[in-house]
Amino acid sequence: MPAEALCFMGHAKDLHQSALTPQKNEMKLVFPADPVAVRGALKASMSGLTNLNLTIDERGVIEIVLAEVLNNVVEHAYAHHTSGVIELRVKRGADRLHFTVLDDGVPLPDDGLPETPSHSLAGPVDDLPEGGFGWFLIKELTQDLNYVRSDIRNRLDFTIALADTRVS
Amino acid sequence: MELTHIDTAKARVITVSENRIDAAIAISFKDRMRELTEGGPDRILVDMAQVDFIDSSGLGAIVAAMKQVGPDKSFELANLSSTVQKVFKLTRMDTVFTIHANVDTALGGGLANAG
Repeated sequence: MPAEALCFMGHAKDLHQSALTPQKNEMKLVFPADPVAVRGALKASMSGLTNLNLTIDERGVIEIVLAEVLNNVVEHAYAHHTSGVIELRVKRGADRLHFTVLDDGVPLPDDGLPETPSHSLAGPVDDLPEGGFGWFLIKELTQDLNYVRSDIRNRLDFTIALADTRVS
Repeated sequence: MELTHIDTAKARVITVSENRIDAAIAISFKDRMRELTEGGPDRILVDMAQVDFIDSSGLGAIVAAMKQVGPDKSFELANLSSTVQKVFKLTRMDTVFTIHANVDTALGGGLANAG
């Protein structure tokens, strides 16, 4: 694991960074790239957003999107790595949350966001798709989705609009 | 992966005792569902009341479970939470599955006579 990645892990211990508060408009989580750690990170993220007046629907949208983005990193970017680190940043804006996800895995194919062709669900049950929903859900539920590959790092940015971004 | 089942006269009701069906347990969910859907009544009803959240891996595992059951049996869902419903709706899987508001309505009160 690169020294820089270990340095990130140090920040993860800083719990003050992992929640939005009236004094703090940004939070950051750093965690290992495996399915169980992603579960924990999702729980920590949703808990870090409890001071916002989010609706149940908005919380659902955020959790679905984060799950898909983080699972993609584990299953694809780090598919052939024995270990890896993911960094998630959340920033509160005037009418939305800005999310940034960083990893040091392999780039997305063709260095870009994948196409999401719509599957036909009309055929027999045996032909139903069992995958390929992830990027579709991400595109449906986010705005300003942008992917950048720089040097060894993947960076995915997106926003999710909220009805109310006040922190209490 | 905690799945339990109870057989009524006409249906096997499988209860998912997990809060999440996600990438971490999708494979064991699919395997356990295979065990529970082999044999038994031809109608299978999966009670999702305790499931707050599914991701696309979880959705894929539920689709896979329906495929495993095959065309001779019916595979139905009940009690989807609002977030689970959202995933089904966005992916249009709500048009593929038979989804019931709850187990009682699905069975017409049949569960009370079970066992």
